[in-house]
Amino acid sequence: MAQVELKQVRKTYPNGAEAIFGVDMKIDDGELIVFVGPSGCGKSTLLRMVAGLESITSGEISIGDRVINDVSPSERDVAMVFQNYALYPHMSVRGNMSYGLKNRKMPKDEIERRITDAAKMLKIDQFLDRQPNQLSGGQRQRVAMGRAIVRNPQVFLFDEPLSNLDAKLRVQMRIEIKKLQRRMNVTSIYVTHDQTEAMTLADRLAVINEGKVEQMGVPMELYSNPATLFVASFIGAPQINLIPVRFQDGALTNGALSVPGYANLPTDTDLVLGVRPDVLRLSDDGQFTLNVDLVEQHGGENLIYGSLVGAATDAGELQEICIKAPQSMLPQADEQLKLSFDPSTSFVFRKDTGERLM
Amino acid sequence: MDRPKLSTHLILIIGAIFMTLPVWVAFATSTHAPETILREGLQFWPGPHLIETYNEVLFVEGGVMKKVTATEMLKNSMILGIGFAIGKVIISMLAAYAIVYFRFRLGVPLFWVIFMTLLLPLEVRIIPSYEVVANMGLLDTHTGLIVPLIASATGTFFFRQFFKSVPDELLEAARLDGATAWGFFIDILVPLSRTMIAAILIIMFVVGWNQYLWPLIMTTKEENYTLVIGIKQIYQVLNEGGELPQFQKAFALTILATLPPVMVVLIFQRWFVKGLVESEK
Amino acid sequence: MKRVQFEHSAIPYLFIAPQIIIISIFFLWPSAQAIYQSFLLEDAFGLSSQFVWFKNYTDTIGSDAWLQAAGFTLIFSSLVTFLSLALALLLAVKANEVLHGASTYKTMLMWAYAIAPPVAGLMGNLMFNPLIGDLYNLMNQFGFEFDHKLDSVDAGFVVVLISVWKQVSINFIFFLAGLQGIPKSVQEAAVMDCNSSTRRFWTITFPLLAPTTFFLVVINITYAFFETFGIIDTTTQGAPGGSTTTLVYKVYQDGFRGADIGGSSAQSVVLMIMVLALTVVQFRFIERKVHY
Repeated sequence: MAQVELKQVRKTYPNGAEAIFGVDMKIDDGELIVFVGPSGCGKSTLLRMVAGLESITSGEISIGDRVINDVSPSERDVAMVFQNYALYPHMSVRGNMSYGLKNRKMPKDEIERRITDAAKMLKIDQFLDRQPNQLSGGQRQRVAMGRAIVRNPQVFLFDEPLSNLDAKLRVQMRIEIKKLQRRMNVTSIYVTHDQTEAMTLADRLAVINEGKVEQMGVPMELYSNPATLFVASFIGAPQINLIPVRFQDGALTNGALSVPGYANLPTDTDLVLGVRPDVLRLSDDGQFTLNVDLVEQHGGENLIYGSLVGAATDAGELQEICIKAPQSMLPQADEQLKLSFDPSTSFVFRKDTGERLM
Repeated sequence: MDRPKLSTHLILIIGAIFMTLPVWVAFATSTHAPETILREGLQFWPGPHLIETYNEVLFVEGGVMKKVTATEMLKNSMILGIGFAIGKVIISMLAAYAIVYFRFRLGVPLFWVIFMTLLLPLEVRIIPSYEVVANMGLLDTHTGLIVPLIASATGTFFFRQFFKSVPDELLEAARLDGATAWGFFIDILVPLSRTMIAAILIIMFVVGWNQYLWPLIMTTKEENYTLVIGIKQIYQVLNEGGELPQFQKAFALTILATLPPVMVVLIFQRWFVKGLVESEK
Repeated sequence: MKRVQFEHSAIPYLFIAPQIIIISIFFLWPSAQAIYQSFLLEDAFGLSSQFVWFKNYTDTIGSDAWLQAAGFTLIFSSLVTFLSLALALLLAVKANEVLHGASTYKTMLMWAYAIAPPVAGLMGNLMFNPLIGDLYNLMNQFGFEFDHKLDSVDAGFVVVLISVWKQVSINFIFFLAGLQGIPKSVQEAAVMDCNSSTRRFWTITFPLLAPTTFFLVVINITYAFFETFGIIDTTTQGAPGGSTTTLVYKVYQDGFRGADIGGSSAQSVVLMIMVLALTVVQFRFIERKVHY
């Protein structure tokens, strides 16, 4: 059981490329933190720095009260589940799970006891003597977790552990990981690029972009109160509608489109209006007129895609937007819908810095 | 795919005959009496003297060489082939491990030193190599025969290529599991390389068995001859003594020199091809 | 290089030491010796030697014998490389087409890989032996007045034939692997786009085989330069009149038979430079190969 603390952690590669720009973070005991961000944003690098697989250029990482910058990976008391599982292909499931314990010179009966417990918990006890190549993807995933669990570490590290599974299994394993983490109450860091996975798993979420933490908080806070344009666009599915606008005379404008109800915004810079698909309502005096292209029926709800009448993107093309609608609503193509939203549920960002203005 | 045309099979059959017929004829001819061969030329069907010829070549002193029998040469060839293969695998695995898995100051220069050996075959430095081995008193020894041949880096490159294809995560997982450098090598890498090791053992056995120039200049005593360099001396039985040229013995010797490596290649064909083709990448 | 590596001071040196020690004693030192000796002129008894700069080089390389060997090596390597590659490619393409008996064909076409060049040489030599050799008689029946002991073209024919025979199998193995490495979907797309199988071969298959082909060209040139030593030594021994002497065979003849250490070493060094040049070309190409 331990806290993990990162203080001004930086990573610069020998060739001068900078990967992590001063990350500060405090992870509480037993908390499940998810690092989420696009590929190449540095989230895996940060995780691997906690694991000890990447060196720390400057700053400090500590687990519990111990600074672990110069501690070798196997002595940090962390266990990791890899994206491709990294099972030793020539060893049985039992061999995979016991290898780390044997290296630690743990007594045989203790190893056996831990493997039995973990295997039961993960429902892999009937596979213990199989080789990894005789297992399905989901079973391999469980073995990889088992290998981490038997170590009984202070911190679990998950590096996109579900990305090699098919969609259905992914949802199932996601729930199991969450349950397992609750039950074992071990501090965990989980890396993913999938925002749904991030939202559903995390106690707290760190959105990482270009080597910096853009925002950190509980998932719903990030959804309803994003600090930056990047966070708003990354969190939420379907994606938030982003419309380039300028502020003039108390209204946001784009071509013929004018959305009133805003105040105290700069007039000398490009802005971006962000409206979530689920805050748009059908209404005769709506601010938006949508020209329908396509309706996607998801069963419980419909997603209606179309172009915003009167507005254009920066490139001069049609401004696409999406709304979430009840399953009963099935407009025809080229039908026009009037949509309204409460300006206080929308966000306005500076286009150049991504900073949220309201 | 369409049904292959008749011409396809025809071409393949001609090719197969071209590749196998000479060896078959060599075998068939080796089972005939010298008189028959001299009178009728090469033979296509096996004759009645199989046991007689091979018995004389394999077991009778003076049958092919002055003193040694083919059995002794066979033994020498085996030692060369197996010693070369095992030595090469061990040395090149260790070196490839250092090159791929460690960052060390002389790593890059040493890599280039090893790489250079690929560029300059033994043939172009044969005389000074001979002098070195002679000065060390290693002429006519197994060490002198095998060790200089191991210098070349072919095996190191096979393994380097293979190690690079091993997923990085395995090393990372092993490090989290507390494996030492030696532990990772023995517990993970060597077992993972089993197929590769087998393939390289087979290829290197064939390469070692087939060495010619180096054993030729290295061995001065008949009892150290391998089968392949025995080939060079076989002209003696063809011309010596004013008797009938012993063609059947010459052919028998080529068959004996061919049989072991061919058997190895045929039995382990799948591994052998895999190992060979991997080297290209 | 691996993303994560061990960082230890002494351990990698221990692992790499055996190979480096062997290379130093049996490769670096002799190679340096070869270069050093190429600048020395020894007297007939090897008792004293004198530093003569490039005299050995100018003496040997300007000589008619060396030029003849160089010329033969060039023609010989080109013929061996081209013929063995062409033959192997034809067989590999055909073997890749058949379903029935494919493995039998494969085995019969590749097994000769295991035969040592001098063994192939002796076999060939016996087949062309005037006393018993059917091939010798066959050639004469066709009215060629074939005599490889006296006629240099005939002698060249014998060594080329044996060298090609010995090399077809390894080329076949690589070509077949290359062909099997072409994704089935690409081949199926080609079938839909192009009706003529010959055209398909030259426009799709052959270009996709280019990396394999290039690799094999280098392998075959090296083979023709060096490994055919055993074939030449068991057939013509460079005769008649040095007309089938390759450069490597001449290094051996001058060094061991002629005891001209300086001249032989100078030739070695020239050969080293040739191989180096070949390697540079190869590397240039490998860099480009990445784009495939």
